Amino acid sequence: MNYLKVLFNGIVKENPTFVLLLGMCPTLGTTSSALNGMSMGLATMAVLIVSNFIISCIKSLIPDMVRIPAFIVVIASLVTILQMFIKAYAPEVDKSLGLFIPLIVVNCIILGRAEAFAAKNNPFASILDGLGMGLGFTIALTLLGGVRELLGTGKVFGFECFSENYGALVFVLAPGAFIALGYLIAIINKIKK
Amino acid sequence: MKKMKSSLVNMVVVLTLITVVAGGALAYVNSMTETKIAEINQQNEDQAKKDVLCTDEIKIASETPVTIEGKEFVVYNAGEKGCAVKAVDPMNASFGGDLTIMVGFDPDGNILGYKILKTQETPGLGAKAGEWFQKDARGSIIGKNPAAGELKVKKDGGDVDAITASTITSRAFLRAVNAAYDAYRQSLGRGPMPQPEAGAQTSEQVNQ
Repeated sequence: MNYLKVLFNGIVKENPTFVLLLGMCPTLGTTSSALNGMSMGLATMAVLIVSNFIISCIKSLIPDMVRIPAFIVVIASLVTILQMFIKAYAPEVDKSLGLFIPLIVVNCIILGRAEAFAAKNNPFASILDGLGMGLGFTIALTLLGGVRELLGTGKVFGFECFSENYGALVFVLAPGAFIALGYLIAIINKIKK
Repeated sequence: MKKMKSSLVNMVVVLTLITVVAGGALAYVNSMTETKIAEINQQNEDQAKKDVLCTDEIKIASETPVTIEGKEFVVYNAGEKGCAVKAVDPMNASFGGDLTIMVGFDPDGNILGYKILKTQETPGLGAKAGEWFQKDARGSIIGKNPAAGELKVKKDGGDVDAITASTITSRAFLRAVNAAYDAYRQSLGRGPMPQPEAGAQTSEQVNQ
């Protein structure tokens, strides 16, 4: 198995957001600014790497018929642990993302990768897959957040590029998320061809 | 290693094992972070008391728990600086579950400031309550006195601008503020406070 290929698979070829269109709920919901998008991406990546690793380690212990509940218990526990850590050590992140962190449990990227990759491959490859997919997700969310923040408020990561008065509020709100995501997917498909 | 067979015993044993391990891990992390989280909440609350009374230095003379419609309120009496009240929406009917706020009243019952302590409102919509009702903002409630009549959103015949597209949150928030005032009034009756002044007395008449 080519480990490098596994790693880059998630970033470009099978980017979870732009190509697989997985995990659209957090993608649309949390990307009102570049920083929010990036924090959400990193949080998801952390869960994805650990859940891929654990599931890959215990895959042969789990009977096929109960594999989904078993995966979900593992993922939900990891997310809860992550939430406690964020609450305790990064209260600022908790303030802006608090509501979305529990939703990582039902993020289909995580269950999808557990089912499609970690349950069939060795732990090391699973970690790499989690890292690649997580990075792909983080990059996509940061990009989308950045575009929305720039068009909506004239800033990127809080740095002002042009006056907020010229920003279109719609890009910070939900409809702007759909519009920006649609155009980003179109551009990426064009480039990939 | 050979794959485990999907027999009933195997499934039950494996699932039980996984949940027990997961439960243990959760309990461990919880015990690790519990104190730290409580500490942060306490810090936030202490800061909120100062913020809502618009002051850097306060001395809490007394803490009075008040129960309104089965909900716990706490009135922190800071003497002549006024009172900070920790309040919730008595109807518990906010958009996203629990809403806990801190409201500051001066000795006349005028609202000095407020802060959201705990909220699960939608980011970008109801979560705007943290800024929306502040001084000089669109729905400012600062300086208003609930004694002159309950605070209500314009849609309900009041004079407070509701958050755009978040009327439910706005209503819940104002209910919490009104209840906070109620708790503040009740604590006046008991606590060692300076005599209620003109504004507060009017409200007594209104209440009766």
